[in-house]
This record gives sequence, structure tokens and C-alpha cells, in this order.
Amino acid sequence: MAGTSIMDSLFQRTLEDLIKGLRLQLVGESAFVSKALEEIRREIKSTDPHTKSTALQKLTYLNSLHGVDMSWAAFHAVEVTSSARFHHKKIGYLAGLAVVPLRHRRNPPHHQPAPQGPHRRQRVRAIATILKIFSKYPDAVRVCFKRLVENLESSDLQTASAAVGVFCELTAKDPKSYLPLAPEFYRILVDSRNNWVLIKVLKIFAKLAPLEPRLAKRIVEPICEHMRRTGAKSLIFECIWTIVTSLSEYESAMKLAAANIREFLVDDDPNLKYLGLQALLVVAPKHLWVVLENKEVVIKSLSDVDYNIKLEALRLVMAMVSEDNVAEICRVLVNYALKSDPEFCNEILGSILSTCCSNVYEIISDFDWYVSLLGEISRIPHCQKGEEIESQLIDIGMRVKDGRPELIRVGRDLLIDPALLGNPFLHRILSAAAWVSGEYVKFSKNPFELVEALLQPRTSLLPPSIRAVYIQSVLKVLTFCVHSYLLPIEAVASSSSCSVDLEPGVTDSVSGTECPESTDSPTCEALADSEQGEGFNPRALNQSIEDLSTENGADTIVTHGQISSSYSFKKDCFTPGSIASLFDLIETSLGPLSGSHEVEIQERVRNVLGLIGLIQGEIRGCLVPKEGNIEKKELKASEVITMMHDAFSEDLGPVPLSAQEKVPIPDGIVLKENLSDLEEVCGDIQFPTSSLFSLGRPHSGERDGVAPFKSQNKEESEPSTESTSLLAEHRKRHGLYYLPSEKKDIISNDYPPANDHKLQDNVNDDAEDLVKLTEQSFLTKKKPNQARPRPVVVKLDEGDEVPIAAKRPESRDDLISGAVRDVLLGNEVMPSSSRSNPSDKSSSKRRGKEKINIDQPSELKEDLANVVKSELGNPNSRRSKHRTRGKERKHRSPGKNGEEREENGQDKQKSSHRHARVTWNHHLGKAAENLNYKAPCNILFWTLRVASVGRAFNALELAYIYNISRKMKQIDESSYLQAWVCISRTSNAF
Amino acid sequence: MGIRFVLMVNKQGQTRLAQYYEYLTLEERRALEGEIVRKCLARTEQQCSFVEHRNYKIVYRRYASLFFLVGVDNDENELAILEFIHLLVETMDRHFGNVCELDIMFHLEKAHFMLEEMVMNGCIVETSKSNILAPIQLMDKAS
Repeated sequence: MAGTSIMDSLFQRTLEDLIKGLRLQLVGESAFVSKALEEIRREIKSTDPHTKSTALQKLTYLNSLHGVDMSWAAFHAVEVTSSARFHHKKIGYLAGLAVVPLRHRRNPPHHQPAPQGPHRRQRVRAIATILKIFSKYPDAVRVCFKRLVENLESSDLQTASAAVGVFCELTAKDPKSYLPLAPEFYRILVDSRNNWVLIKVLKIFAKLAPLEPRLAKRIVEPICEHMRRTGAKSLIFECIWTIVTSLSEYESAMKLAAANIREFLVDDDPNLKYLGLQALLVVAPKHLWVVLENKEVVIKSLSDVDYNIKLEALRLVMAMVSEDNVAEICRVLVNYALKSDPEFCNEILGSILSTCCSNVYEIISDFDWYVSLLGEISRIPHCQKGEEIESQLIDIGMRVKDGRPELIRVGRDLLIDPALLGNPFLHRILSAAAWVSGEYVKFSKNPFELVEALLQPRTSLLPPSIRAVYIQSVLKVLTFCVHSYLLPIEAVASSSSCSVDLEPGVTDSVSGTECPESTDSPTCEALADSEQGEGFNPRALNQSIEDLSTENGADTIVTHGQISSSYSFKKDCFTPGSIASLFDLIETSLGPLSGSHEVEIQERVRNVLGLIGLIQGEIRGCLVPKEGNIEKKELKASEVITMMHDAFSEDLGPVPLSAQEKVPIPDGIVLKENLSDLEEVCGDIQFPTSSLFSLGRPHSGERDGVAPFKSQNKEESEPSTESTSLLAEHRKRHGLYYLPSEKKDIISNDYPPANDHKLQDNVNDDAEDLVKLTEQSFLTKKKPNQARPRPVVVKLDEGDEVPIAAKRPESRDDLISGAVRDVLLGNEVMPSSSRSNPSDKSSSKRRGKEKINIDQPSELKEDLANVVKSELGNPNSRRSKHRTRGKERKHRSPGKNGEEREENGQDKQKSSHRHARVTWNHHLGKAAENLNYKAPCNILFWTLRVASVGRAFNALELAYIYNISRKMKQIDESSYLQAWVCISRTSNAF
Repeated sequence: MGIRFVLMVNKQGQTRLAQYYEYLTLEERRALEGEIVRKCLARTEQQCSFVEHRNYKIVYRRYASLFFLVGVDNDENELAILEFIHLLVETMDRHFGNVCELDIMFHLEKAHFMLEEMVMNGCIVETSKSNILAPIQLMDKAS
């Protein structure tokens, strides 16, 4: 054994060797570390103090930089600290605190820095730890708060500084309690010339000033004075911050702050620029003029190299947005977005979207513009804001009637572009566009074009849920077209008077859908041709559509063989030929999908095909226009179509969150309070796992279709409100929100990425020009004559936003503030007024070593005290006692089940935890006591040091602690210190 | 609490010194260091020295090959922290004489002593260079 020890010390690697070795290891560092660790484990057991300490030193190094666990070496650390040589002791201490160094005791007093006296350093450190004590042990406030306040007035700078730091933290949590100390803080604010202290005091005042207007008045001038006087940017910034957050109503101060902010903004240092922008952001809500004064800088910062600065600038730009300049600002921002990197691009788009829609589109007056902006944003290559744009498009559709024509136009442009279908980020937007164009098809200039767009082959790239929306929209458009064809003059009321039994027709249609192939496009017109061409070369169609639209201008309507250039021609486009080709197009494109595995698609396709099957015979039959409109009206088909059309043309509106509450409970309804007997009835029923099939959904289409007809047969003369509502409900269920959309894999895209050409739009690169561009718009002038009044936006009086009730959890802060208030207001008589469980005994007990400070139920107290006592006698007895107690219990209840045993175990755990807490509180109590009773400074310091570690001990640690504290009584001060180091260390290690 | 941690990291992202003023497990520390280093080292000289991370701010500064990263609470004054970093570097410079990464590597405990003199429990308690260095000089004499 001795031999190995000698070998170890001879060939032991020193710390320096270890570091050098580590530096050589470019790869496989962890292997090297574990090898070194192996060595250390061996060396540290050596009896030679040198070997041991070196090993410990290496271990400490590895622990602090390579995250090696060293809790297992706690005992060795204690051993090394007991070495006679200072060098070893030092290593031991260092390890003991895991690289938290210490002030060792062996310094002769004359080595202490002379001017401040020997106690100064310790006092400073004691103050710095007091915060942790307060948070762990609010009662400590009563003991030492006064002394802490005294330190505020200390002539020693460091002491005062530390005290101010503590108060800064305390004030941040609960400013109100510290108002009585304002005179002390004010004195420091006026007298101190130490920037660090001033910064902390300013932080305190920033919290106090809003609470007390008179105080705010007093401090404005000194703060301004500091701002004028000092050259230190940190202090200037703190002054600015205090003024903009707490003293913004003082005009002169604000002006001075604004001037300083400006200096920060124009500085070359990006740090100052960033902070300046942050300050501006705080100013913006109350004093927008400061922001407007600096708008050039802000806009230029949008193109800064630093992402953080860009982000701040963006926030500021959004803060400047008002009803008058929203269009211009958005134009600028979209231009920036086009040339930004994807991340910032989306940041810009996100903030545009959220700003514009805030408070139900408060700042938008021109919805045509906004809707087209949404369309434009969708086409920005990096745009990933599909969800937001989707919801806004639909929301605007529902809320703003006047916006619908433009919505349809934007939707059409999006739908018709086959390239967009390849971009999964756009799918949500396309889904909204499809819904909009189905819902508001009556505003469309060319519905046939919409159907083509909705059925183009590349829709196969869409996820099923969105495709289902497309198909549903086809149904709506189809209904609209046929309705317009059959009943060119709106004659809803007269048509509903016809009484035809339609049930057989419906069943016909259902059977008809089962063989959709039979109706294979008989009249292959230009439509089908183009359809096929599209299939072979999708680019061609894209090309042709674009060509045509560019040739004819945006407003002209392009159909195959029919070009009508104005709204008045619209009626004429519903010719027999066009309707027939519409049927053909739908049947050819949707036919194959009627066997789709996706139920949503399959069902909707069958709905559409069923409708066609129902009506096309008659319509095709009268395609030869030998008879007039009057006979068209009498067809069964007109009846069906009118019904469908009525259902679809009912407006959907926004629904407030509280809508359901407002539905009155019908008279005579008896709701069962207890639904437990439902369990008995349905207990053995297995619900289908797929939610799609539950509640008989798949056939509801037909059922809902049938029911209204029946009802109408009964009440012949009345326009069927019930049927429309049922259909409307059906439609809603089939509507956009039915399925959660899921992203599918991207199918290979043979198109150019969506609208790359947009990039080539001459984006203005020069910030100068952009500033000019927006120059006028940022001025808060009113537009002289608004072209037209703002359209009505449906706004619900309540429930548009979810109220969030933020409940502050009760915390220890409250306890601290309670105690502080007690101390400051002078009622120290009742030490524990803030506690529910009075621990008034604690103050009297605190002196006795075995006594405990606890806030535990009293029956526990006794038990714990016993345990603690017994431990003091014999450190090992605690564990054994536990074990026996556990055994006893087991013996007592041998027949009981496992539950009991489990409880037993939990109990044990809990109680050991309680021990930890109890002793912890005990030590904290000691610490606080030491502060008060002028204990030797070093003891004080170390006690606090321990407290600052701030963790409860575990059982093993407790054993150490009691072992050590027992020794403490007999040993000298330095050993006492060592012991505390050890305690501190163990409490940190686990 | 003010300062939450002080890190010194070299250009390659290796930690040279780490001091925490709140309790974190070793794993948490490693994860935190990784995240922060990745965030800060990617930034260029022209970018500002403040990074928001989780619920606090990181103020950092680069000296030659070494990054000094300080994690602070959100309401801490960033410029003051920059000044603190500079003070720390100046102090080390005075002690080691033209301090470099190697000095910190081989005298880790001294660097920690200095830091400990300056920061206590997350609060800055000492800003005088000679006061900071006094105990270290004493220790050098004693050993």
C-alpha cells in the first residue's frame, strides 16, 4: 500500500500537466477526462497529503470546467482542509466550495487592508447574502432589517453600495413597503458620485415614483442633473430609463431624455443604438412625438446588420402605425420583407398582420387595399404566415360586407395560379381563398373560371382536408351557376311555391353517383381540351392564363370561347353550352375521386356528383332553347337548386365566445343533473374510434338533403326557413373548420417556386428613398378628403377577446414585505403577524441550540425535536431509528395490503424532508442571529455564506452537519470555519 | 439578484471559466452554456452586445480570443454590466500582466478569487482594483 502511494506521488500528474494534456486533446476529450478521473479516484485515497491535495485540485478543475461530478469527494475535501500546510488547506477550501473561493483565517490581522478596518469586507458580504436569507426565512427581516437600513447610511462606500443593491432587489418585488425609506434613498441619489450606486438607486426610484407623486416631483431635478453632469453612458441610460418609465409626465425631463435618446440612436456603437431603440419603444405609447422625431433612424435600422436591432426597429415602426399611414408603412415593410432573410421576413409579416387585425381591424379603413395586401403577402416567397392570413381572410369575409368583391378577386388570383399549389406554406391560405370564393361566389365576375381553378389537376398536391374545402366550394359555385342559369331574375319566393315530391329524385341521384364513369364527358369542348393539356403540361395552362390575363387586363374575364369584359355581360355567360360544359368538367375531374380513401373528399365529391346527377337530365333535356324561362322554373331541378342556393346565400357572421350562454333554455326542458345512469345505458357500447364516423356523420349529407324536402311538402305555402337552417348547419359542418388540416409531404414541384418573379420587382434598396417615401405619411396629418367612408365592420360588443384573469400566486415575497412593513412602522411586538401559523415561540427558542424554528404543525414539532436531539448525541441513530420505526409499522400491520406500505414509504420520505427543512431553518435562524449579536465577523460571514447556497439538505448532509456542529463547541474558530465550509460545500454538491 | 452567471468562453466555444450565482445542475449548466455560446459566438463585431435568452439577458464582450458572457436579469443596466466586464479584464490584466487565455487556464483559482471579490451572490460588491487584488497577493505571499 505504501509503495503505491510513493509511486503515485512520484509520477503523479500535476494540474498543469492535466491542463496541458487537455489542450493537446483535440478530439476525444471526454475519454481523456474519464481517464484522468480514474487516476484521481486512485490518488485521492492516498495518505500522502500532497498527492491527495493535487488530486483534489485536479478534480476541482475538471468539475468547474468539464462538468465532472465531484460530490463523492466531499469527505476528501474536508480531510485536505485539515492539513497543516496552507497550500493544501487552500486547495481543500477551494474544492470545498467547488471553486467558490474563501477568505482564509490564517491571514494575520495586519494584512487586512488598513483603511476600512477588519470588519468591512465581511459586512459587505453579509449584506450581499441577506437577500437569500430573507427569501428563505422571512422572519429574519424582523431580526436584522434595522441594521441593514443603518448600512445604507454607512460612510463606507462599498457597504452602502451593497445595501443599496439589496434594497434594489427587494423594491423590485414589492415597492410599496419601502416607501418610508425614500429619504435615505434620496440622500444617496443627491450625494453619491458612484455610478454603480446611483444606477441602483435610480432603479429603486423608478419603482417608488409611480406610487407617490410628491416623491416623483422631488427626484426629477436631481436625475436631470445627473444626466447633464455625467459622462458615463450607463448612468445616462439609467436616467433615461427612469424618466421614460416612471417620470414621463414631466415635460422638461422628457425633453432632456429625448435628446439623450437621440444621441444614443445616432451613435455608431450598436449597443447604444439598441438601447436607444428600446427606450423609444417604452416612450412610444405616451409620447409618440419622440419616436416621430427619430423616424429616419428607426427606418434605417430596419436594414441594420444586427437582427436584434432590426427587431426593435420593427416594433417601433409598428408603434407608429395609425389609420392614416398604415398603407404607406405596410408598403415600406413589405418591400423590406422581400429583401430580408426568411426569419426577419416572417417577423415583419407577422407584425403587419397582428397590428392590422388588432381590435377588429381598427386601423384599417380601406379593406380593398388590405385584402389585396394580404394577397400580396401570401405571394412573398418566404411567407410562413399561412394560418394567420387564412383566418384573417375568412374573418374579413364574415365581418366586412364591402370587402367581399375584392376578397373574391384576390382569392381568384391565388387559386388560379398553379405554382402556388406546390408550396405547403400556402395551403392554408388557398383553403381560405377556396372557401371565400365558394361562399361569396355571387361577387365573382366569372364563376366558371373559379371552378376550373378549384379543379385543376395540381390540387392533388393539397392535403385532404383542404381539398375537401375546394370540393365544397365547387358545390357552392355549381349551385350558383345553375341557379343563375335557371332563374336569371331573382324569383326565389315564387319558385318555392311549387310542390313536387322530390324524394325519388334524391335516391336516384344517390344511385347515380355509384357509377360516375357512365357519364363520361360526351361533349368534349374546349374546357376538357384545356383540362387535358393541363394534365400533360401544366406550365402551358399557367402560361396561357397569365398571357390572356395580361393581354386583356386584370378586369377582363376569360372563358373558353367567351370573353365578356364587363359585369353586365355576366348573365349572358350562363348559356346552355357553358352549363353543360361545367357539368362535364366537374364530372371528369371529380369522378375519379368518388372512390377516394379520404372520407372527407369522398363524401363531398359524392354530394357534388349527386347534385349533378339529380339535375343534369332535366337541364340537358331543355338545353335546346325552344322553350322560355317560364318552363325552366317548373323543373324539379329548379326546385332543388333554389333550395340549395337559398341555404348557401345566407350570410355567415362572426360568433362571439359568449354566444352559447345567450341561448335561452326552452320552456319545459328538464335537464338531468346526474348523468350517472347514462353510464349504465351506454356502458357496453363501443364508440367507433374514428371521430369522423361517429354520430352517423357519413350519411348526414343525404339525410339533411332529404329532410327539408319533406318538410316543405307539408308546409307548402311557407318559404322553408327550417330547411334552410338545416342546410346551413350542414354546410357549416362541412365548412372550413371541419377538419384540422395536416401538412403532407411536399410533392416534387416542377414549377418555379411560388412567384419568384416578385423578387425582381424593383425593390428599392436605398433606405434614404424609403424615408422620403414615408416622410409625409408619418406626419400625423388627417387626410384631407377620404375617398369613401370606412366600411362597416361587424364588431361584437363583447367576447371578441378572451379575458385572461391573471391571478398572482401568494409567495414568500408577501411574507417579507409584511415583515418589512412591521419593522418600518415600528410594531415589532408581534413577530409573526403575517403568518397564518404563528411561530412566536421561535424568537424565544432561537438561542437554544437544540431549539428549532419551524412552521410545522405542533404535533410534529415535538417528534422532530426528539429526533434532532438524538442525533446530536449519536449521528447515526437517526437512520437506524427510522429503519426501526418503519419495521415496527410493518410488523404492526402485517396483513395490510401494499397500499398501506406505500403510504408508509411516502411518510418516511416526507419526514426526512421535514427534518431537512427544520434544520435548515434552524441554521438560517442562527445566521440571522449572528448578524444581530456581533458574532466574530468570520463566523458571521460563513454562516451567511452557507445560507446563500440556499438549498435544503438531504439526509446524508444532515449527518455531516450534526457531526460537525457537535465538534464546533470544543474547537477553535478556524476549525469552526472549516466546518462551515464543509457544510456549505455538501449542501451545494448534491 | 442582478448577475446570474459569468462565463468565459474561447473562440472555439470551450468554457474557460464558469461561475453561477443560482443553483443549476451540471446538466443544466452544460445545456445552458451550449445554447448561449452558439447564440453569441455567431454574432459579428458590428452587432450589439446584448442577447435576449430565455427570460434574461446576456451581455457579452470579446477580448482577443476570449468571450466574456454575463447573464443578468432583465431590468439590469446593460452598459453597467459591460463596464463590469471591462473592470474584470483590467483587474486580471493588472495581476497577470497582459492577460491571455492561458493565464486563466493555468490560474483558474485566481480568476475565481477575483470574480468572488467583485461579485457576491449576484451583486457587485467591490469595484476597486487594488481591493480586489489584495487577498490574492496575500495568498501568493503565504504559499
